[in-house]
Amino acid sequence: MKRRDFLKVTVGGTAATLCTTAEARSNLEPAPQAVGMLFDSTLCVGCKACVSKCKQVNDMPPVIDGDELGWDSARDLSGDTLNVIKVYREGEAKTKDAEINGYCFEKQSCMHCVDPGCVSVCPCNAMRRDGLTGIVTHHPDVCIGCRYCMVSCPYNVPQFEYNELFGQIQKCQMCNQAGVERIDKGQMTGCAEVCPTGSTLFGSREALLQEARRRMELKPGEIYNYPRGDVRDPYSYHEKPAPTYKQHIWGEKEAGGTNVMHISAVSFDKLGMPPLQERSAASIAETVQHSVYSYLALPALALAGLSYTVRKNTRDDNGGEQ
Amino acid sequence: MSNHQALGGRIFTGPFIVLLVVFVIGCVFMVERFTEGMGAVSNLNGGFAWGIWVVYDVVVGTAFACGGYALAFMVYVFNKGQYHPLVRPAVLASLLGYAMGGFGAFFDMGRFWQFYEIFIPGNWNFNSVMLEVGLCVTAYIFVLTLEFAPALLEKLGLDGLLKALNKVLFLLIALGVLLPTMHQSSLGSLLIAAGHKVHPLWQSLHMQPVLALLTALIMGFSIVIFEASTSAVGFGRESESPLLAKLGKVIIGLLVAFLVIRLIVLMTQGKLGLIFGFDFASLMFLLEMALFVIPVFILLSPARRGRGSQLLIAAVSMLMAGALYRFSAFLFTYNPGPGYSYFPSVAEIMITLGIIALELMAYLVLVKTLPVLHPEKHA
Amino acid sequence: MVEKELDFSEVEKRLGVSRRTFLKFCTGVAASLGLSTHAAIAMAAAVADPKRRPPVIWLHGQECTGPTEALLRSEQPSLEHLILDLISVDYHQTLDAGAGHQVEAVKKKAMQDNKGKYLLVIEGAIPIKDNGIYCKIAGETMLDITNEAAEHAAAIVAFGSCASWGGVQSASPNPTGATGAPQVLKDKTVVTIPGCPPNPANFIGTVLFFVTYGKLPPIDDKGRPKWAYGRLIHENCYRRPHFDAGRFANEFGDEGHRKGYCLYKLGCKGPETYNNCPSLEYNNIGGGVWPVGVGHPCFGCSEKGVGFDKPMFSLADVKTHTPPNMFPAIEQREASGGLTAGAAALAGAAAGAALGAAAMGAKKLDAKEGDQD
Repeated sequence: MKRRDFLKVTVGGTAATLCTTAEARSNLEPAPQAVGMLFDSTLCVGCKACVSKCKQVNDMPPVIDGDELGWDSARDLSGDTLNVIKVYREGEAKTKDAEINGYCFEKQSCMHCVDPGCVSVCPCNAMRRDGLTGIVTHHPDVCIGCRYCMVSCPYNVPQFEYNELFGQIQKCQMCNQAGVERIDKGQMTGCAEVCPTGSTLFGSREALLQEARRRMELKPGEIYNYPRGDVRDPYSYHEKPAPTYKQHIWGEKEAGGTNVMHISAVSFDKLGMPPLQERSAASIAETVQHSVYSYLALPALALAGLSYTVRKNTRDDNGGEQ
Repeated sequence: MSNHQALGGRIFTGPFIVLLVVFVIGCVFMVERFTEGMGAVSNLNGGFAWGIWVVYDVVVGTAFACGGYALAFMVYVFNKGQYHPLVRPAVLASLLGYAMGGFGAFFDMGRFWQFYEIFIPGNWNFNSVMLEVGLCVTAYIFVLTLEFAPALLEKLGLDGLLKALNKVLFLLIALGVLLPTMHQSSLGSLLIAAGHKVHPLWQSLHMQPVLALLTALIMGFSIVIFEASTSAVGFGRESESPLLAKLGKVIIGLLVAFLVIRLIVLMTQGKLGLIFGFDFASLMFLLEMALFVIPVFILLSPARRGRGSQLLIAAVSMLMAGALYRFSAFLFTYNPGPGYSYFPSVAEIMITLGIIALELMAYLVLVKTLPVLHPEKHA
Repeated sequence: MVEKELDFSEVEKRLGVSRRTFLKFCTGVAASLGLSTHAAIAMAAAVADPKRRPPVIWLHGQECTGPTEALLRSEQPSLEHLILDLISVDYHQTLDAGAGHQVEAVKKKAMQDNKGKYLLVIEGAIPIKDNGIYCKIAGETMLDITNEAAEHAAAIVAFGSCASWGGVQSASPNPTGATGAPQVLKDKTVVTIPGCPPNPANFIGTVLFFVTYGKLPPIDDKGRPKWAYGRLIHENCYRRPHFDAGRFANEFGDEGHRKGYCLYKLGCKGPETYNNCPSLEYNNIGGGVWPVGVGHPCFGCSEKGVGFDKPMFSLADVKTHTPPNMFPAIEQREASGGLTAGAAALAGAAAGAALGAAAMGAKKLDAKEGDQD
């Protein structure tokens, strides 16, 4: 009957705990004053001014290919590169923004998820989402280097400095990390500031989403006045015929959405974007975790039941001796 | 005093020296890791942030070390006293296995010099599965140490301490059951947040903790059989097959539960078609299934179950199955995105082998010098 | 190739330049063509030999005479002499002293006399709409004149953007159907020297090459000599480092503009225009005299579909930055853990050892239980 006792206690306790505390955690909502960026792949000319400015703002060295110091030849995000322009190419790679025999540029940098996996999984709160701006920052002073943030990031953004003995996680913090604080000072991000075509556009998530939706409405070839800088107050515009946009604003809904959104004339799976559902993995993980560990009620109950059972059994068994 | 005995005998046997050599080679790379950094010795990269140090040493290694957990469940919770002789060696193996996991985790810790940050309550993020794993595994290593402490105290003849420890032993045993339940399930939950990177055949989302827990128990019982069998062979002791055979019967239930849940999850998620894609993932899945199913057939037959060799084969098959389940999910079919690949470097493998060698050497030394194993004729 | 000292006294007298200046000029031209000093000597010898000077028929269509004006203002010492003596201009509507039927008769005769030997230079666009009635010289349409002159030409050079692809009068809506010479003379090889106005250096180099070697220099699919039009302006532009670093002039006269930053955001078409302006500048005036050099964005005067077509201040398509030019592919990663033979062997050996030990254990257990029974 001992087994029955144990089962009674645990099953009862489980049911009670699950009923009272388990509520599915849904995706987080965008921060009240969420800022972000809109990357329009069709405007990018590949000048990499954003890559260069990013290194300057974040004080990062170039990535040198080979022995000679030529120029920055970063191929991917790394401990030394927070923003990189990559190319999609197919066939003869002749026509810009064409999927067949074409090419197009894609920016890879932190998407500043609305419901960031890295923040959800970090054991030590070293990844934080700003309550007001939604900017995801990293705080190496409390980081143990478990690299779960890298595993949980759908875009493989956080990068550990493997080549240093005392390395740290590096990621884009939207130019708002301590010591830089461009957003707090009312400036825009470095990459948006230097972008000559407005391909990287800064602004509030709300305003950027509206701009992206306007572009979705454009007929191909229609002349559009593209803003540069901050979408809410552009410092200049330039006219350009609209491309054939894919009707997809990446980051509007993906895994709860992102503050950095992308639009393009080439489908996003070709641009290395991951296959994401609308529900964030972080919200599922937290739902599971909170169902089991809410206020540690379930473990405490289980411990009580186990202690009781074990004590009884060890007594019966050999009179208190192990 | 309890009825355990030190095995005695020579320490520097042939196998021990081989292990020592492996450990020394591993040490060279360990030194390199802590002087040059992780990049110098490992193939870890931006996509594969976790390599064999996490996946073998922690995720698979601690499952191999679930013998103590599984037996504690049997002996103390379900009150099956006849398994008692198996407990202490299993607790020792668990302690060493978990210590190895902790060791491996430290090697893998990018910012090892501030590892203590995870123990500062002010830093805790209660949403994090990793927090649960980190704290729980650490706590369990302490619990295992205390659970094993009687062996040392008996040897040292510290009866007073032993008595005191025995008074709270029930609590330790209860914790020894609770903590692995928590973190072994959480090792599965770790995968939920990785989302699409985990292959659909292994991404069971809400069911991750249940499946991980079942594999932990299966592997725990298997390792008990494995250890008992190998010490029977290795130390020339009498086979404990009859006792192990009974254990085998328990495992059938776990295996069936695992297989049923695994397939139901795939069915409800609409992923059954992926099983017969005959790509790498599908082959890994089929191999894993085969390794889980073969033991069911061995253990179902009383004749086979009664033979030590068959039991050992079943145990090895289950160990491989559980390890493959975890390896596939975390590494083999893990896909962080186009362009990433990972295979451990020689240095990474040597460090892991070095730690395993250390664990085995410690086991050999401890069973020979401390009262761990039961006398051959048990009641 | 020529060992003996060449006699340049005749040239010195004829052109009014010193031997030294003359050789310097030839060396300079050879260098811009990417040729050796041997070629410079060969060129000098060719120019010095009056018999090798090709007769030239020079036609004007729809244009502003910019190319001729530019040529006449070449800043080489007495270069106008050199140019006019380099070739034997038998017919040139702007330069000919004579006029009317007399000149037309000379042209006809020169073409007859030098059948298959003369160099035809076309300057200005050819209107083809309504049978070409929108440009007539001496009662004949430019279309007919061009076709007639081209028939027995040894080589044809279209000088200036108008002749090369239509130029300004071909801009939309192009009421006269202004067309470039290559489009009219479809079955002939036409060398084009586009530019508005074109750089005389590009003309001189091409002609000198023709005079020296009796053939035309290598050309691209638009008929442009590769030596002059092989590279985008953006590739050799000295403001390029500013572009790469993201330093742009945002408007005329702003800080960036005064500091000499990149003019891309002001609509510079350098990134899509093929020409050698950054390296040759204009007419050897020196001091950075060419549009970008003086702070104005390139407007793509020499590039069909850019100059007179794209709005002046709209952004250029950046053609230098097309793959595979220094761009990582989407799936390219900084480092990926590769599989090495050693690691594979080690992993295999470890797994094998574990399995082998288990198999041995099973065997021994069997044997042992056999003993026990």
